[in-house]
Amino acid sequence: MANPVPKSPTGARRLPDVRLGAAIAAAKLTSAGIRRAGRGGGTAAPGLVADRIDPALLTKLAGRLPEGVIVVAGTNGKTTTSRMLADILEADGMRVVHNRSGSNLVRGVAAAFADHASLNGRPGGDVGVVESDEAALPAVVDLLRPRVILLNNLFRDQLDRYGELNTIATKWRAALEGLPATTRLVVNVDDPTLAAMTDSLGARRIGFGLDSTRYRLEALPHAADAASCRRCGADLVYDALYVSHLGAWRCPACGNGRPPLDSAGTEVELNGVDSLRVTLTGREARPLPLDVGVPGLYNVYNAVAAATTARAMGIADETIARALAGFRAAFGRIERVSLRGRTLVLALVKNPVGFNEVLRMLTTESGGLAVPTLIAINDLDADGRDVSWLWDVDFELLAEGDAPLSTTGIRGADMANRLKYAGIPASRITPLNADLRQALDAFVASVPEGETGYVLPTYTAMLELRRILAGLGAVETFWKQ
Amino acid sequence: MHLTIGWLYPTTMNIYGDRGNVLALAQRARWRGIPADVKEIGMGDAIPDEVDVFFFGGGQDQEQIAVSNDLKGAKGEALKAGVEGGAAMLAVCGGYQLLGHEYRPHEGKPLPGIGLFDLTTVAGPERFIGNVVIDSQWGELVGFENHSGLTHLGADARPMGRVRIGRGNNGRDGTEGVIYKHAVGCYLHGSLLPKNPVLADWLIAAGIGRERGPIELPPLLDDLEVVAHAAAVARAVKTR
Repeated sequence: MANPVPKSPTGARRLPDVRLGAAIAAAKLTSAGIRRAGRGGGTAAPGLVADRIDPALLTKLAGRLPEGVIVVAGTNGKTTTSRMLADILEADGMRVVHNRSGSNLVRGVAAAFADHASLNGRPGGDVGVVESDEAALPAVVDLLRPRVILLNNLFRDQLDRYGELNTIATKWRAALEGLPATTRLVVNVDDPTLAAMTDSLGARRIGFGLDSTRYRLEALPHAADAASCRRCGADLVYDALYVSHLGAWRCPACGNGRPPLDSAGTEVELNGVDSLRVTLTGREARPLPLDVGVPGLYNVYNAVAAATTARAMGIADETIARALAGFRAAFGRIERVSLRGRTLVLALVKNPVGFNEVLRMLTTESGGLAVPTLIAINDLDADGRDVSWLWDVDFELLAEGDAPLSTTGIRGADMANRLKYAGIPASRITPLNADLRQALDAFVASVPEGETGYVLPTYTAMLELRRILAGLGAVETFWKQ
Repeated sequence: MHLTIGWLYPTTMNIYGDRGNVLALAQRARWRGIPADVKEIGMGDAIPDEVDVFFFGGGQDQEQIAVSNDLKGAKGEALKAGVEGGAAMLAVCGGYQLLGHEYRPHEGKPLPGIGLFDLTTVAGPERFIGNVVIDSQWGELVGFENHSGLTHLGADARPMGRVRIGRGNNGRDGTEGVIYKHAVGCYLHGSLLPKNPVLADWLIAAGIGRERGPIELPPLLDDLEVVAHAAAVARAVKTR
């Protein structure tokens, strides 16, 4: 025939997709089996099973979400930012498909989508919020064809796993180059690497960043990555530096610089380990004051990122403000638990920049660390097997205070040694048993009753501490969130 | 007495937390009452005459090309003259490679080194990643390797040590690193010196005594260092 009738997508969709249904069913079964066996969140294996049966599962389910998919990527803050976004979208009345438990490789995303979907292939939501691992971003973008991509930052993190920063930047650029003009890129242009990478692409960029006269860093921290101009190689200068290499940057040699902010976080106020306030200022919108129930300057970036993305999705300002006002931290990012009459503040530390920001937050008020602190360092795959990164963290900040510092974890000994070389007197360093349960017992006993202690674990140490604390009745397990 | 540390390319060749080596050199001098200062030697900066110990870390590929260019000519010669004149040096990973004859990538032109060390590095098909234990003239040393370059020592080059656990220079001949006069090059991150204090002290003693021979250093209480060393060795045994 000369004019064959093209296949109607809607017509095709009405036919039952046997393969997709089978994949969803298998994933759900696997997930239920893991939960019954009591082996934690069980977030990756179901995705692996689903992928074996129908590799197109993600693309099919994502294509059926009426409001599309938002992908969130970046070294730090992606879990918090995507949770903020999901809360905002839910406050708007949407049902959100979200890989919440922080399993952000392709398999984890597939598992979350299968979990939400019905057996006849309906996605079970209106919009997707997908947190993507750095290495997985090209595959995630390719499979999900997102409506909005949010790029938070790019820091060095677990080099043994991801390879070098430039390699990731090159892969991201390649993944973004093919995107159509309808895709929105919400990009932290305070990051010179991200600004360069998203320059002159087909997709439209909405650049965000901070404009604050308070909370500036004096100098580039040791952990900073991108201090040189991506265009000409000269050293960048900063008119304002906020977190690591993020700030109002410019190149004195070639005139390259931070692009004008489409969405700026202004009038920043930090309230210790409790909360923050920031006003979102856009070129075409009225100022939007935000109060958020999480602390620290890095969370200001997260809130600005989430609110800017929500505005790009057309969500009303009142809804954004209301959702963020009710926002609380994700498991382990920062939380308070009560144990044996003491308050423990837990904050995840996973790379130099994140650790520096946690230290900055904990030492803001007093100038030094005033609260007894337990640092738990593991070197399993999810933590990064190379503990060299501890030497890029500015523990020298802690030399000023007088709080005792305890260490534990598989590589707690390296941590204790790091503190010694930071100039902290031996009398303040207590190397505890590498076993987290024993160390936690000893640490809690060392904190006076009624007082607070800080606990700073790496990823797997956090998971184990959560299990130990849950066993003691102190917190709920995370996958119930 | 005084210790001057020359830190080569601190902003471009500072990947993998290798600055712990600079901290270890400076602190271990200060703890003995020897004042220490760190001179940063960046792109375009001349090599200062007064350096006792050089440190040269690793960087990303793009940065290594720029550094290779910067070391061409007089600067590279001055660095070699420093070592020939008795200065001590620790070079890790990318810095180690750039002190050899050349580095040959998978694609593109070979990257010339300054030829202080008699060795050549070729890009390899796999990445060696993990904890490493070697036996050396300083006893057991422990670190973390993360490289795909295969380094082959020349006929006259002396390895820094023999690999007990891990892959080493090239995964084949059982060698790790190189030693020439008081200059040591290797693939060991970790950072290396804070948990291998014997090597740190050897560099300090050699550097301060670069004109009249290594000085005697009073011992320090290496309590946390010894425990960190043992923990790292235990991880190497368990993970590889």
